[in-house]
Amino acid sequence: MTATAPPAGRTAAGSPDLRRSALSARRRITNGSAMLAITLALVLAVIPLALVTWEVISRGLHVMSWGFLTEDIPNSYRRHGPGMGPAIVGTLIITGMAALLAIPLGVFGAIYLNEYGKQKPLARAIRTMADVMTGVPSIVMGLFIYTGFVVVVGAKTGFAGALALACLMLPIVIRSSEEMLRLVPDELRQASLALGARQWRTVLTVVLPAALSGITSGALLAVARAAGETAPIIATVGITFAVNGDLFNGQNTALPAQIFRNASQPFAGAQERAWGAALTLVVIVLGFTILARVIVGRFAIKER
Amino acid sequence: MKTETSQTQTPGSALTRRSGGARIERLFRLWTLATGLLVLAILALILFSTTREAWPVLRDMGFRFVTDATWDPNPSSGGAVFGALSFIYGTAVSSAIALLIGVPIAIGIGLFLTELAPRWLRGPAVTTVDLLASVPSVVFGLWGVLVVAPALVPVYRWFNHVFGGIPGLGSLFGSPVGTGRNFMTAGIILAIMVTPIITSISREVLSTVPQANRDAAFALGATRWEMIRGAVFPHSFAGLVGATMLGLGRAMGETIAVALVIGGATSITPNIFAGGNSMAAIIVQQFGESTGTFTAALIGLGVVLFAMTVVVNLAARVVVRRAEARMQGAAT
Repeated sequence: MTATAPPAGRTAAGSPDLRRSALSARRRITNGSAMLAITLALVLAVIPLALVTWEVISRGLHVMSWGFLTEDIPNSYRRHGPGMGPAIVGTLIITGMAALLAIPLGVFGAIYLNEYGKQKPLARAIRTMADVMTGVPSIVMGLFIYTGFVVVVGAKTGFAGALALACLMLPIVIRSSEEMLRLVPDELRQASLALGARQWRTVLTVVLPAALSGITSGALLAVARAAGETAPIIATVGITFAVNGDLFNGQNTALPAQIFRNASQPFAGAQERAWGAALTLVVIVLGFTILARVIVGRFAIKER
Repeated sequence: MKTETSQTQTPGSALTRRSGGARIERLFRLWTLATGLLVLAILALILFSTTREAWPVLRDMGFRFVTDATWDPNPSSGGAVFGALSFIYGTAVSSAIALLIGVPIAIGIGLFLTELAPRWLRGPAVTTVDLLASVPSVVFGLWGVLVVAPALVPVYRWFNHVFGGIPGLGSLFGSPVGTGRNFMTAGIILAIMVTPIITSISREVLSTVPQANRDAAFALGATRWEMIRGAVFPHSFAGLVGATMLGLGRAMGETIAVALVIGGATSITPNIFAGGNSMAAIIVQQFGESTGTFTAALIGLGVVLFAMTVVVNLAARVVVRRAEARMQGAAT
């Protein structure tokens, strides 16, 4: 991908000196303004990122305290002060359970695609549909778990939320793991098979360990995505103001849902809590993202 | 670990014997196949389970569910009416604005990364786009409703003041709502959110353009921009269309940020400064307070949304895959 060979382009652009002066003014200006516009596009993407980061950090730090992270959520939007404890606990356990459900299934799905299915019609169909599934809106996934699980069981629980998040994570894990398995050199597989190991043993003891760090980082990115999902939480998890550590009993809550609820309120107290929750959520998501990058970095070094 | 077999048996017998291990092999293969099929099963179940729950409303309303603009769960007289047209309109308008803003920016970044950026800048630029993608949508929504929307109201007023009198254009830039929560704000926030996905796909597509084509354009004396127009764009056009469609799928399904900034009105108006609502947004706004057929109607909206996004995504993937296959053919 990165083999777009800049040296070739550079020599072509810079070799004959007479060319630039030979260019008509119109062509020079068109080229210059087009290049400016292209560079400006990147600047336009940086601006919102910088602004949103600044707002979240400055307004979030304003309310951040130990009490904010641990205390219960006030049951009135008008009240000022902490905290977000139940939502933080909810986010961690719901996302954790979702990861436990989705990552193993996703990795095995990827093993099927890369080691067994390859280019068979069924494998290609699964690949395409996994791509399509990454595009299914998160609210639809929430409605699916609501109709298929909450209505059947009869109660909104943290586990329902975990199921919805797992459904959102699954295709991401499958596709990123498959990508990593594909990078494992075929020589490793052949060496293992030549020693008489069966394919399942080759996959589990040779291929999977070789791709492990890549798979882990892809899974962490999926976890980061899931931790920030709001709509499925609202449809399936319900609401609580006190910490509920039990995924299977009672309603729960999570940071994104709290941000949404509090941001829709006209009261300053609620909005302050929304900013604090946003800062907490961004830190959690960023933590997973950075961890994934670190693991990838180490993997790349090992590769060489 | 893998030497176990050769220690206990001679290599020859391990190759010829087909006992024990074969069963594990078959079980393992079946298990991985089952997890792969899970994807298809979940997609089928989504359709089945949501449609079943929404069936009473879909059956009663029929096609009027998507062609009627009246959405009244609690009318003063008669039965509830659920017509989703205004929400479909809201989804279409906000997505269109998002693409109008987001696509040029995303393709611009893609071109910057593949054609223009010096090596040292590429890493940081890609990281920026990745970070933009990793910000949870609810955080963009929070920022949008509390910071962006109020800040944009004077801008909207100015646009209305300048262009409001012109026939045609004037109806587009009508008088803005005081909160700044409208189609335009939703479109802007959505544009920020679709930019990363369009960028990453268009970067992939653009980098498949053979270097020989670029060199050929340069050799003919083209400027960098003429090279892009003459060699890069024709070659990657289909792929860029696919990337745009993926962005459309993302914009249509985006829920939370839109729910916060679109205004929450049930109206069909050409005025992009007026409040409205989108399919995804109304589901999440009203799901908590709804019961009975009202809930069924919201789930029905989910079914329509699901069908639309699956069609758009499927088409986009096919377009991208075809384009990439064609390009790889051309590259070799």
